[in-house]
Amino acid sequence: MAQHTLDQAPVPASPGAGALSPGTSSHRPPGRLRRALRSVVPGPTADAGGAALYRRWWLPWLWMAPAIVGTTVFGVFPFLNTLLVSFTDAKPLGGTYNLVGLDNYTRMFGDSDFWLATRNSVLYAVIVVPLMILLPLLLAILVEKNLPGIGFFRSAFYTPVLASSVVVGLSWQWLLSDQGLANTWLEKAHIIREAIPFLSDSWLILLSAMGLTIWKGLGWYMIFYLAALGNVPKELHEAAAVDGAGSIRRFWHITVPGVRQSMMLVGTLTGIGSLRVFTEIYMLGGSTGGPGGADRTLPFYIRDVGLDPLTGNAGYGAAVSVALFALTLGLTLLAQRLTKEDES
Amino acid sequence: MTTAVDKPRRLMPRWRDYGRPRELVLRYLLLVFVLFITVGPLLWQLLSSLKGPTEDVFGSGASLFPHHPSLRAYRQVFDQVPVWTYIRNSFFVAVISIASQLVFSTMAGYMLSKPGWKGRKLVWVVLMASMMFPFESIMVSLFLSIRDLGLVDNLVGVWLPGFVAAINVLIMRAAFLAVPREIEDAAMLDGAGEWKRFRYLYLPSAYGAILVVTINTFISAWDDFLWPLIVLRTEDHFTLTLGLSRLQSSSFGYDQRLVMAGSVISVIPVLVLFIITQRWFYKGVSSGAVKL
Repeated sequence: MAQHTLDQAPVPASPGAGALSPGTSSHRPPGRLRRALRSVVPGPTADAGGAALYRRWWLPWLWMAPAIVGTTVFGVFPFLNTLLVSFTDAKPLGGTYNLVGLDNYTRMFGDSDFWLATRNSVLYAVIVVPLMILLPLLLAILVEKNLPGIGFFRSAFYTPVLASSVVVGLSWQWLLSDQGLANTWLEKAHIIREAIPFLSDSWLILLSAMGLTIWKGLGWYMIFYLAALGNVPKELHEAAAVDGAGSIRRFWHITVPGVRQSMMLVGTLTGIGSLRVFTEIYMLGGSTGGPGGADRTLPFYIRDVGLDPLTGNAGYGAAVSVALFALTLGLTLLAQRLTKEDES
Repeated sequence: MTTAVDKPRRLMPRWRDYGRPRELVLRYLLLVFVLFITVGPLLWQLLSSLKGPTEDVFGSGASLFPHHPSLRAYRQVFDQVPVWTYIRNSFFVAVISIASQLVFSTMAGYMLSKPGWKGRKLVWVVLMASMMFPFESIMVSLFLSIRDLGLVDNLVGVWLPGFVAAINVLIMRAAFLAVPREIEDAAMLDGAGEWKRFRYLYLPSAYGAILVVTINTFISAWDDFLWPLIVLRTEDHFTLTLGLSRLQSSSFGYDQRLVMAGSVISVIPVLVLFIITQRWFYKGVSSGAVKL
């Protein structure tokens, strides 16, 4: 309890008080305001090891309190609560609820809609992740060289990141509709005779949503890779070029090993992101999540079964939430393992 | 080019300094191609919103550029849709989010960057744990909490769960750790107390991180969709993204110009922020990597 002994140090030694009007304060006894202020403003005192020790042990906690409350009440507690709620039949709008044991989980495992949503989410990750690892890297290589006007291109490629998913969703909705730009141009070019049902066929909706996710994320991960590319030694490229290695060979043998760690990180981030997809499906597949809900992802399904004001069952929604978390955790652990194997 | 450039040592690089011509042309062609893909759909949105009432937005008769550019759609969208209400609501959530995030994450980040108090490890564990759970897997429970607090269909309920984020605390901590110990020691010798050092030494040195937190918070509040969709019920409380998504499915959907005009309006604040503080947007991307 070193802090307590330090707490009884002579008053003028407190740097917190002297700070407000240096020079005068040491002569005056601390007034009530000053004392109150000093109790809020922490003052470190040097201990034998040179590390600062706070005169009052609770002062750092006071500074930390809002962040601790926020992350606990709206970050950690909700997860524990989700676990608890998943064993009940609580309704989203309140009222009495009963403990139902594992009923929600048994229902979930026999629920074909749940498996469909899981399939969609997993498929999303399987298709989006490799493309998200590769495409922004190629884009970063394209804008890496300092050419005239390259700043403009970098900024322009970043703009889809700025717009909300709703706005880009609306944009793509018109682009892909039966009368939209994509179909019109394809028809004009005589590539197709009839409009491609991008927004009414469940598979095409899912693929279009993936395309939207990738398109919106390109700029973000391009910037991410640009930083990593800066650390790949230029000399390696020059030496390889002298040895007659073409650009493709140099890409695989110099660039890729050089940014490998970034690629692993991008893979993990986009994998987790893919499991969280909601808005893209909502915008392209409508509020039902595709025809008959065939394109619903896990977050979409959680909202549908758990939070619908009339028919929702928060208990069941919580059970599906636990499944979503388990999937996310599994993916994270897998990525960690792969990263570790990669390093050794 | 002025004559200043033609001095013996050229200040401006010549085109051939950038590489072989063929490679250069190929590079620019690729750049324009990607530009077409990335900006095309958004640009098309902008161009369509400027089309006059007699022009086709869709189908084979539609041209790319408006022949009779007019701002009619913008006037109409403000007349017929409560866009100002949406904008006000979005700004309200964004502004109080930025305020709370900045105050609490700088305070917490500052303390976390200081040695010498017990329980730092515990706080660290709590912060890390809170980042483990994707929002979508805890939103049911969050909604129940918001309901118990009586904040359903209330903008405060939209703001509250994200009033302080662990990631921003970590960003601020990293920035404060970068302040050299010597400067702090000097300030201490000069009699600057903890609050003074925080306010006049640490905060100004971390303005980059503060900007990153501000930008990240603004964008995520402004662009957020799922949580407002869950919490808000009546149109008076809708945020801009929510209002826009309803616009499309409502009876206004028939006039695409209006919806496109609304989209353009919603992008403008973010775009302006991006143009002013571009560098910090890019910094924000790399700080996002701290998440793992």
